[in-house]
Amino acid sequence: MLVIVDYGMGNLRSVLSKLQRLKVEAIVSADPTDVAVASHLVLPGVGAFDAGMRNLAERGLDEVLQQRVTEAGVPILGICLGFQLLTNHSEEGDVAGLGWIDAATKRFDPDLGIRVPHSGWNDVRFTAAGAGESSPMWDGIPDAERFYFTHSFYVECADASDVTATTHYGVDFVSGVQRNNVYGTQFHPEKSHRQGVQLLQNFTQCAAQPVI
Amino acid sequence: MLDVRVFPCLLLQGPGLVKTVKFKKPQYIGDPMNAARIFSAREADEALLLDISAGAEGRGPDEDLVSRISDECFMPLTVGGGIRTVGMARALFNAGAEKIAINSAAITNPELIGAIAAEFGSQSVVVSIDAKRKWGGYEVYTHGGRKRTKRSVVAHAQAMAKAGAGEILINAIDRDGMMQGYDVELTRQVADAVDLPVIACGGAGSLDHMRQVVEQGHASAVTAGSFFVFHGRRRAVLISFPDRADLEAQVLDATPA
Repeated sequence: MLVIVDYGMGNLRSVLSKLQRLKVEAIVSADPTDVAVASHLVLPGVGAFDAGMRNLAERGLDEVLQQRVTEAGVPILGICLGFQLLTNHSEEGDVAGLGWIDAATKRFDPDLGIRVPHSGWNDVRFTAAGAGESSPMWDGIPDAERFYFTHSFYVECADASDVTATTHYGVDFVSGVQRNNVYGTQFHPEKSHRQGVQLLQNFTQCAAQPVI
Repeated sequence: MLDVRVFPCLLLQGPGLVKTVKFKKPQYIGDPMNAARIFSAREADEALLLDISAGAEGRGPDEDLVSRISDECFMPLTVGGGIRTVGMARALFNAGAEKIAINSAAITNPELIGAIAAEFGSQSVVVSIDAKRKWGGYEVYTHGGRKRTKRSVVAHAQAMAKAGAGEILINAIDRDGMMQGYDVELTRQVADAVDLPVIACGGAGSLDHMRQVVEQGHASAVTAGSFFVFHGRRRAVLISFPDRADLEAQVLDATPA
């Protein structure tokens, strides 16, 4: 059973309804006991970084997520804010992130001549180095496909081998990561037509990985 | 590269879709679920759903309808109409809306913008501005175009950007339903005054109009009603959305001149 983690940061129904279309057995839950038995976890979310981390802690979800993801190797997909929460910290706040991806979340600089938020459809390009094209998250998806983004902060990885795709908006930023069983996308697959649905399907087919 | 966004603006009145001319004469177009399905199948970039009778009836958009429409949308959904509290916004996000659009309440209660942005992020707050050209510049109208505010559009847009809005939807009342082109001057004044993405609305009759308002009006996105729902000179109702190849050739890579 796939569990969409409900930590009060919106955007849950869209993910659920798209997974249901794929006939994936999925629930939305804020209950740590559901998270503890999930085969797959999705951490969606829109909103502020600190509020997201605080909400996870208040609901007692941070510890169980930590155990399932880093010890049991359960696949997790972070989307948008949920992706940023996988990093060490964000310029948006002061609270530490989950830190499963060695990365920082930074603010887009309007001085680069870009309008912020980055909102709309942009190309997702697989990285040549690192996990890149070989990541199962991109199965059946062509390089440079368009996905839907809406965000004011972006992720910068310390370890290039975690980066599976990048997108350009003022800077080249990380739009897809994979580190073992931890997956993340800055874009919204649940709002990205066929290509997004394909990515969700790919994720549901990822098996748990023993964590080294 | 970030593409120009092209998407339908769907007006709800009660349970049905309508299309207006200069904000008046609502004409029944069809069923919103059906329209959402078509635009999603045609891979529109987003869908904008505005309930034009909600405000006057002292309510927000119907959450149940929004959730059913959201389930049909494999694209982002923005919902507006009568939203005036954080709780109303929250209910719509829970129903599956990606963004909410605030119009009249942005004038009567500007603090609402910051309050919603603080909880759900700026990217989820669209401030919708209905504008009319007056002597001395463009003026903001609220309550479905019925109420003058004597506020300058540019000053309002700047104040909303500062308050935490993530996007500005600029709607030219006198262009609505005319299909004669967007108000390029209005759009440019707003787009040049804020760092946010600006969505042009009102007047689209061709892909050329869209290209124009991006290149000369500096819009980041364009939305249209009549252009996507009427067909031919007799304005037969036929919901359609341009082919991606045509959009790519004529609109998507347009850049502000």
